[in-house]
Amino acid sequence: MSFVWLWTDILVWTLVLVLIGAVRSIRRSEQIRKQWFYILKSPIAMSAAIVLSFYLLFALLDSVHFQYTPSKQGEATEQTVSSANNQGVLSLLDVILQHLRDKTERTYSAPFATHEYSTSLSYDESGAVTQVYRPLKFGGQHWTGSHTILDDVMVKTAIPFLFSCIFIAFIFTIHLGWGFVKTRGNYIDYYANQPDPKDELPWGAAYFTLFLLVFLFSWFYYLSHFYHVLGTDKVGQDVLYQAVKSIRTGVLIGLLTTLVMLPLALILGISAGYFKGWVDDVIQYVYTTLNSIPGVLLIAAAVLMMQVIITNNSDWFGSTEERADLRLLFLIFILGLTSWTGLCRLLRAETLKISQVEYVTAAKSFGLSPFRIIQKHITPNLMHLVLIALVLDFSGLVLAEAVLSYVGVGVDPTTASWGNMINQARLEMAREPMVWWSLFSAFAFMFTLVLAANLFSDRVQTVLDPRRNN
Amino acid sequence: MMNQEASTVLSVQNLTVLVDNTPLIKNISFSIGGGEIFALVGESGSGKSLTSLAIMRLLPEALRVTSGSILLEQQDLFQLPEFKMQKIRGKKIAMIFQEPMTSLNPVMKVGEQVAEVLRVHLKLNRSQARNKVISLFEEVGIPEAKERYEWYPHQLSGGQKQRVMIAMALACEPDVLIADEPTTALDVTIQAQVLQLLKDIRDKRGLSILFITHDMGVVNEMADQVAVMKEGEIVEQAEKQAFFSKPRHPYTQKLLQDAIPSNHFKPAVESKTLLQLTDLKVHFPIKKGLFQRTVGYVKAVDGVTLEIKKGQTLALVGESGSGKSTIGQAILKLVDSTSGSVNFSNLSEQTQNTIDLTQLSEKQMKPFRKKVQVIFQDPFSALNPRMTIDEIIREGMVSLQVGSGKKEDQDQRIEELLDQVGLLPEHKKRYPHEFSGGQRQRIGIARALAVEPELIICDEPTSALDVTVRAQVLNLLEDLQQKYQLSFLFITHDLSIIPAIAHQVAVMKEGKIVEQGTVEQIMHFPKHDYTKALLNSAPKLFKERLEVAG
Amino acid sequence: MFEYIIKRFLFAVPILIGVNLITFALFFMVNTPEDMARAQLGAKQTTPEMIQSWKVENGYDKPLFFNGDAAGFDKVTETLFSQESLKLFAFDFGQSDSGRQISADIQERMGPSLAIALPTFIIGLVTTIALALLIVLFRGSTLDTVTMMVAVAIMSVSGLFYIIAGQVLFSKVWHWVPISGYTPGWEGVKFLILPVLIGVFAGLGAGMRWYRSIFLEEMSKDYVRTAKAKGLSDIKVLFGHVLHNGMLPILTGVVVVIPTLFMGSLIMESFFGIPGLGSYTIDAINAQDFGIVKAMVFLGSVLYIIGLILTDISYTFFDPRVKLS
Repeated sequence: MSFVWLWTDILVWTLVLVLIGAVRSIRRSEQIRKQWFYILKSPIAMSAAIVLSFYLLFALLDSVHFQYTPSKQGEATEQTVSSANNQGVLSLLDVILQHLRDKTERTYSAPFATHEYSTSLSYDESGAVTQVYRPLKFGGQHWTGSHTILDDVMVKTAIPFLFSCIFIAFIFTIHLGWGFVKTRGNYIDYYANQPDPKDELPWGAAYFTLFLLVFLFSWFYYLSHFYHVLGTDKVGQDVLYQAVKSIRTGVLIGLLTTLVMLPLALILGISAGYFKGWVDDVIQYVYTTLNSIPGVLLIAAAVLMMQVIITNNSDWFGSTEERADLRLLFLIFILGLTSWTGLCRLLRAETLKISQVEYVTAAKSFGLSPFRIIQKHITPNLMHLVLIALVLDFSGLVLAEAVLSYVGVGVDPTTASWGNMINQARLEMAREPMVWWSLFSAFAFMFTLVLAANLFSDRVQTVLDPRRNN
Repeated sequence: MMNQEASTVLSVQNLTVLVDNTPLIKNISFSIGGGEIFALVGESGSGKSLTSLAIMRLLPEALRVTSGSILLEQQDLFQLPEFKMQKIRGKKIAMIFQEPMTSLNPVMKVGEQVAEVLRVHLKLNRSQARNKVISLFEEVGIPEAKERYEWYPHQLSGGQKQRVMIAMALACEPDVLIADEPTTALDVTIQAQVLQLLKDIRDKRGLSILFITHDMGVVNEMADQVAVMKEGEIVEQAEKQAFFSKPRHPYTQKLLQDAIPSNHFKPAVESKTLLQLTDLKVHFPIKKGLFQRTVGYVKAVDGVTLEIKKGQTLALVGESGSGKSTIGQAILKLVDSTSGSVNFSNLSEQTQNTIDLTQLSEKQMKPFRKKVQVIFQDPFSALNPRMTIDEIIREGMVSLQVGSGKKEDQDQRIEELLDQVGLLPEHKKRYPHEFSGGQRQRIGIARALAVEPELIICDEPTSALDVTVRAQVLNLLEDLQQKYQLSFLFITHDLSIIPAIAHQVAVMKEGKIVEQGTVEQIMHFPKHDYTKALLNSAPKLFKERLEVAG
Repeated sequence: MFEYIIKRFLFAVPILIGVNLITFALFFMVNTPEDMARAQLGAKQTTPEMIQSWKVENGYDKPLFFNGDAAGFDKVTETLFSQESLKLFAFDFGQSDSGRQISADIQERMGPSLAIALPTFIIGLVTTIALALLIVLFRGSTLDTVTMMVAVAIMSVSGLFYIIAGQVLFSKVWHWVPISGYTPGWEGVKFLILPVLIGVFAGLGAGMRWYRSIFLEEMSKDYVRTAKAKGLSDIKVLFGHVLHNGMLPILTGVVVVIPTLFMGSLIMESFFGIPGLGSYTIDAINAQDFGIVKAMVFLGSVLYIIGLILTDISYTFFDPRVKLS
């Protein structure tokens, strides 16, 4: 077993490092800490933040890849690798959801079904042909028929419920303990003397959301050992597995695109606004030109060209995973290159304004170099705009992925993504009877992420946008 | 007794306004008689504007009136339903505001904006309303009223916009006019005209005016009755004569004293020249057309010759747009001079030489940056909101390498500076938003002092401050001048502070210096018509004090 | 004003050259005429002669940017780039891979695109502004809060889902409207109802929030206080003063879009089988027909630039402070 670092893995972990760095510097500055405190003081924002970190956790789990080669020692492993599914590059998440990868059915089956969704021809011993619903190979096969499926599910809910309770209790203990350490043991005194109980974060909402999420996911996880909780698709793959695997694609496109876009927007926007003159003219020309090309078409053109390159140089890529990953990376780059113009324009306008403000004049009268003025006086006063733009863009990018995949210029068809799922579902909805669960799963997973991101960004905007504070 | 009650038009009784249980107005009562100008005076945050909004029932939603009543001709306005209140606003009580620039709808013809009131309240038709508006415009002194009807606010000057506001307020012949700082945003000459207009209207129409202001000079000019507000309370109320001759409350006494900081002219002492401007011109090109050809120039500064002496203050007086701030920027090389010279004399060194700052490159300029520093008008935008106070003060010391490079020494110096400007060492780690306007101005002064300058350009440093705070800041500047032999170029539009600060005065108009000389020469024996007009427009209170000055 | 428009059109030229440069770089430098010839002729047994003759046949035999063989100014003009660009500037888009004239196709397909895009745009704009004004009237109330929550929820759903769900519900289950198709004229209306409704609904959330925040910002301005002090009712203030001022920032975002309505909507048209430019583009992308994609990129840019000019002109009608010069 050896680690495989795909390009997007490297980028996403770099981003995590950057984020950790940012959090550390936030802890140092009282001003920014206070702002974040205000953001999280809203129960909705707190819940949204927890949902977002849950998604991020899955994306990160799915971003640790390794080559799974059959090992010689250890018989336990030998047994698991025997399945064909285990060849190639796997991620941590794949290992956790191993059972879902193994239990592939023949074709469509509905959620919690024990039999296939459509009939197929069957020849009995006498050679007569009958239309039968074939039983599934794995889904619901423990079921004896002595009670209804609903009863069975209810009984089996107990275990994840208990687990979630214990888990939350565990987290709560740690939280209390940490508070105890922080207040150096004077816990009761500390909280009794708290000037205003309103100055606490909404822990109730936080624990409620956390419990809900943990319960939901452990329920799905536990029951997926017995059923196909969200059904199976055309080739019998578990839909829950696909939906969970799609998290990485969605989150990465939302996060990494900003990583590409941000330096461009920052450097060009501030330069245009601060230096004015021909620098401004050139930068304005570049972004007007880019803006004038319809976004989808520019992306489509670029992706088409990339496909040509890939087919012409198929020897560049070691494996299908690498190829799919490179395509994702390329898509992220293209999205980044086409989406920096909006933020750039915003930053340019704001820089123009700030560079007229008197504290910048004061800095000039101290003979500070333009670089220092930009670093000390302009950039810090733009950061709220950057942050607002980033959280706003995130949800837009997640939604854009679906549309692009539909148009055929999104991620690789072999990459799990909600866009690909919806794309497939379009045909499934036309079937009689309808196959609705793929669409439903993609919708539910995507909606939760985008809704959380939108609610969070709304709060960020309310707190950070000075115009909204009045 | 009977008589007095009958003549009361508007009375405010026990008014209390809260925001989140914090009282902003505390149980105030006063009443305004018919044809009376009642001045409500106070510094910023005293609750005087809130009182006027409470009367109009236009308070922001977060504020609550918890007690009190407002009687307009025996009718309690707080008891009326909203739709009836709408019939009072603009008809019985009209209001004009401080900012004529933003108080008019920018996309609607000014005539229409006035006609709208007539159509709503008096149900006039289009042409009736139009004729009425034109006659109103004529009454408030808007020339070419017929044409101006079709104009938009941005085409009018500030004074004319305020006249439109007044016309709008008068349209339905209200009983009470509330004027909330109506002249604060205007130049002195325009202010005098608008005040005169309001007085004339009162005399002609006999309406009552609730006049809200912070300016004692204006109160003295306008008021019949005066009430002083402080922190939501009325601390003193009296007839004008009594109020100005025998103020009772200590706060009122202080306000009156600080209104004219000093009436003693500074003695003219000989001193060496520190900075000499010779025929300085700053022209900004106007570009037009397809290829951005330069079709003309805005002559912001047009041939200015000035002299600033070591350890003395030159006050540069002028109205907005006269180019006085541009001179400051040209000295600091923040704008490029078109021609002329800015000669700085190195008095501190053995070999006394003068250097023309306009000829220096940015790099060559750097040693002179510590000699010339600047203090700004708006204490809110002068400090970077993302930096702590010590970072703000340290910046210049590091950039211009003043004093020791060691951090401990700098920290000690910062504490000294804070102490000098009347702040505490523990303020070091705080952010600007935690300070009041006056404190911020002190921080700005400490920042300039940090590099041990010889000349400080003070660009209207007190015009955003309340009078009591203004007096403190002026005292501080005076002390610093004495202590370090500082020279100031003091840019201001406010004549009343000149005796308190200046040794020399230069009067500026449209990019040119029209007159300069000692304070006494300018104040007592003005030669140029413009200087005379400026002095004439100054409030009586100032002129009275000036009479006895010497 | 006339001078201004001329000036703006002259400024458009370098932008369009830039657009051409980008598309040219994408299509010709990555996928050189050599590659194209090989792909067309088949990978096997392509001799340099065959490639050369294919290039001559298709007009791809000139250098990319700089022709060293030509004389004088022709060094620049006798190149693939300038010839391709010139053709585009003359709106000569050449032939698609299926051998049809692209310009003719575009003209034919603009109608159906507009038939769906225009009503969506107009109905959408009017509904959103009306709803936003209504919400502003009830600002701070529970209705405001709930509507804004709903708006966030509407925003958080992918447009694809609205289309699929709409088709299933209205066409498949309830049989109210046909699932897809198009005929010109009034009979075609039944095909347009569903896509227009879906288009309007999908844009409702984001639009309402945006307009509401604009109107609320206007409500806090000084001139609104003046209007109230005049004794105007809330509704008169909103419609007589706030609406007009609020329209100014809205114009910037809205007028640019109008010319690009000709381009149609990729997703809508392909889901509902409408033979407009959107589905034309999407088919071209799927068939990797570069000629059409190039033409659409150029057309899109031209329309966007026209949109920018229209925005400026519209301001002279709505904002008395703006004079074009």
